[in-house]
Amino acid sequence: MIRPETEAELAEAVASAEEPLRIVGGGTRPVGQPVEGVALSVAGLAGVELYEPGALTLVVRAGTPLAEVERVLAAEGQRLAFEPMDHRGLLGTGGDPTIGGVVAANVSGPRRIQAGACRDALIGVRFIDGRGQVVRNGGRVMKNVTGYDLVKLMAGSRGTLGVLTEVAFKVLPAPESAATLTLHVEDSGQAFDAMTRAMKSPCEVSGAAWVPGARAVHLRLEGFSGSVGYRTGRLTDLLRDLGEVTVETGAEANAALWRAIRDAEALTDHPYVWRVSMAPGAMRAGFMADLDRTARFDRLVDWAGGLCWIGMTEAQAAEYAPRYGADDAASGAIRFHRDLQEAMVDPELGGGHATLVKGPAALRAEVTVFQPEPAPLAALARGLRAQFDPRGILNPGLMG
Amino acid sequence: MDMPVPNAAVIAKKDHVVARLKAVLPDDAVIHDPAETRAYECDALTVYRCPPLAAVLPSSTEEVAAVLRICHEEGVPVVPRGSGTSLAGGAMPTADSVILGVARLNAVLDVDYDNRVIRVQTGRTNLSVTGAVEEEGFFYAPDPSSQLACAIAGNIAMNSGGAHCLKYGVTTNNLLGVTLVLMDGTVVEVGGAYLDSGGYDWLGLICGSEGQLGVVTEATLRILPKPEGARPVLMGFESSEVAGACVADIIKAGVLPVAIEFMDRPCIRATEAFAGAGYPDCEALLIVEVEGSPAEIDEQLGVICQIARRHDPVELRESRSAEESARIWLGRKSAFGAMGQINDYMCLDGTIPVSSLPMVLRRIGEMSKAYGLDVANVFHAGDGNMHPLILFDANKPGDLERCEAFGADILKLCVEVGGCLTGEHGVGIEKRDLMDVQFGPADIEAQLRVKDVFDPQWLLNPAKVFPLEATAARRAG
Ligand SMILES: Cc1cc2nc3c(=O)[nH]c(=O)nc-3n(C[C@H](O)[C@H](O)[C@H](O)COP(=O)(O)OP(=O)(O)OC[C@H]3O[C@@H](n4cnc5c(N)ncnc54)[C@H](O)[C@@H]3O)c2cc1C
Ligand SMILES: Cc1cc2nc3c(=O)[nH]c(=O)nc-3n(C[C@H](O)[C@H](O)[C@H](O)COP(=O)(O)OP(=O)(O)OC[C@H]3O[C@@H](n4cnc5c(N)ncnc54)[C@H](O)[C@@H]3O)c2cc1C
Repeated sequence: MIRPETEAELAEAVASAEEPLRIVGGGTRPVGQPVEGVALSVAGLAGVELYEPGALTLVVRAGTPLAEVERVLAAEGQRLAFEPMDHRGLLGTGGDPTIGGVVAANVSGPRRIQAGACRDALIGVRFIDGRGQVVRNGGRVMKNVTGYDLVKLMAGSRGTLGVLTEVAFKVLPAPESAATLTLHVEDSGQAFDAMTRAMKSPCEVSGAAWVPGARAVHLRLEGFSGSVGYRTGRLTDLLRDLGEVTVETGAEANAALWRAIRDAEALTDHPYVWRVSMAPGAMRAGFMADLDRTARFDRLVDWAGGLCWIGMTEAQAAEYAPRYGADDAASGAIRFHRDLQEAMVDPELGGGHATLVKGPAALRAEVTVFQPEPAPLAALARGLRAQFDPRGILNPGLMG
Repeated sequence: MDMPVPNAAVIAKKDHVVARLKAVLPDDAVIHDPAETRAYECDALTVYRCPPLAAVLPSSTEEVAAVLRICHEEGVPVVPRGSGTSLAGGAMPTADSVILGVARLNAVLDVDYDNRVIRVQTGRTNLSVTGAVEEEGFFYAPDPSSQLACAIAGNIAMNSGGAHCLKYGVTTNNLLGVTLVLMDGTVVEVGGAYLDSGGYDWLGLICGSEGQLGVVTEATLRILPKPEGARPVLMGFESSEVAGACVADIIKAGVLPVAIEFMDRPCIRATEAFAGAGYPDCEALLIVEVEGSPAEIDEQLGVICQIARRHDPVELRESRSAEESARIWLGRKSAFGAMGQINDYMCLDGTIPVSSLPMVLRRIGEMSKAYGLDVANVFHAGDGNMHPLILFDANKPGDLERCEAFGADILKLCVEVGGCLTGEHGVGIEKRDLMDVQFGPADIEAQLRVKDVFDPQWLLNPAKVFPLEATAARRAG
């Protein structure tokens, strides 16, 4: 493994690389097509470059552990608003997640619906392109339209266009208090009704999830305590006819509840896990109904109905196989994955995308882990990779 | 400011190109008479003008694709245009270019309250997007001051901001999908009513690309339920240092106002003379607005006023009614008009780290003396986006050049303290030649490579954003 300690060393390592590189932050998010190559660790580039709480600005080196970033922010009562998931539980990985890995995978949690994704909070990057050149884009100010927005392009590009060495964020104050309203629901119709109603109200809901296993819809409110109290009352009134609402205001209980949703804890024991993003209405009308008919796999719904985690056990995978004339779990999982991605482009279902988040390496090597893009976009993606990484050495194959 | 020498071969085949365009568009959608093409000779940066070869006004994505295919085949540069309110010259044509205006593409295609999205054609004006959903209690958040006129097309191309972006973000944070037509006529659907596709962030890349990567014909936008209410507080301070410290303390206290606006003494005096809003005559004035129910507003304003008092304000005026709110906003909203009454002015929009505000204002004051031109500062203090207004007299020989040199010095200062050339207006032609103040050669090269992928012939709005010498070889190719 190559482990540079400075940006210059990292640039040199890329420039002089003679084989493909597998870029590693903390080694905790092995999502995507498995990559062959020499491991290039960014963890040596760690530390806070600049933090101005009064300007809501944080600049850190990409290898900085996420935990350290969160600690530094918490000391000033601030946080990363996009609530990045910790993949370790679900994926069974160890190690220390890095902030560069969070950005490279554009990892965003339940607060995505209110505060935006990781890419929305990201205001600047430095990276090493496939030629070994240092490239800067964006900066440390939150309003900046100077030139193309390569900041957003780098978010979620998973190291295939460049190796991030430094990232800058707009951070936000952590709220004084939080409350979670929980509604008991019997079916998906009731659950979607509750989430949709909440999101259409001006209550600034910062989390809306449905945990089918617990028959519960959870709605989170955050802010100054008086305001949270007021909105709790309003939202309770709004949902009254749908069922009984209970309210949790304890800080620790709230944190634990939303951590479990963020990390898809309900699906930790499932060997196969997918993540599906659709418009809530499409999820409700087409997709959920379809899934109910064909395969009653375990689910967790977040983003007010816009995100559905699907977990499949070995037994369920094996049960799915016979409809394609096979009888083993591996074939069942492959078939289900393909059906899922095909459903995403079925015009009747409304469009979306499905990603295989967890599965054995053999499965990840066999299928297209990320939703395949329409031909013109796929061509543009190849074009970008050819420009940024002409030798094809940065996480080759990870994103097609 | 230079523009490239127009391609004589293209100008020579004008009749041929016009005939081909007329074959795919209705007659009234192809404008080529020099008396009429003049209407498209500039955008809101009116000091630079040049009529285009022709202008076309397609009414569908298919027509846009047909126009682009023809121009691609003929090697004719295309300049996309929304409403022409760009302050950076982004929509200014060259003599060998076709203006592609999307004004006729102005329909609402779908409103979906349950999913909180609206799908529109991009020629629709910003304000009329909110207009289409406000009866149901929703709004489209990005609100540039030009919102009555500017189109979603230009908003996307410039990644425009607005007064409320501290809380709601700018265009890129509210855009979920687009229909994009590439220069060769390929129609691409990007994103949709769902969040964060798994591939590259195409939307993020397209937003703010100043019409150089493709023509956006449709957009899916996020709409939000309207807050119950909003109310501002006005505060005056005897120094900009203190005002800056007060802003930092408000933010550190965990309040997230929807807007924090700053005005300096020259600006206060000019607007007072013009609008008589009753502002105190002080060094620095802040208007801080918060949203929510009446009780929530009281709670937040309580925190804010408590912090303000610690900074010895010369005035602290909390609005208690709609009338008082309107009076507090009156001066700020008439600031540009007030300046226009006194003089011609140039409006800059560099962004600085909020912490360097006092230093930057002091330096601008010194430069103002050295250049002999007055300057007034209006400022989105929450996010560091400055709007220095440099006053000059367009009829006085040499004044415009002096004003531009002064402006360039201010923008260089913004970059020097860690900020950027433009926070929301875009680079266009106006700041094109300053790009290498902010970026090194490799930083610019990476951006040019993106354009190479989308528009290998460099036909879409080619003479903008980047210094001409950096793009000369590509444009010639
Ligand atoms: C012995 C061993 C064997 C392994 N075998 C496999 C295997 O066969 N298949 C497999 O998928 N994984 C394997 N892994 C896990 C491997 O660490 C990850 O697959 C991959 O390297 C992702 O890196 P990460 O999880 O450290 O990155 P994270 O920090 O979790 O980042 C997530 C993503 O971002 C990218 N990334 C991280 N930091 C940056 C940065 N600064 N700039 C740009 N991109 C960045 C990563 O490449 C990754 O795609 C193995 C790990 C070990 C220790
Ligand atoms: C009085 C005034 C106040 C303003 N206030 C603000 C403000 O508060 N915040 C702010 O951000 N801006 C402001 N602006 C600047 C301007 O209004 C914005 O940049 C706006 O988004 C431009 O929109 P437009 O439709 O007029 O675009 P145009 O001026 O027509 O074009 C702008 C750019 O977009 C490109 N473009 C146009 N249509 C398309 C398309 N369909 N596809 C691809 N590219 C396209 C053009 O080529 C050009 O580069 C203000 C301008 C004025 C005159």
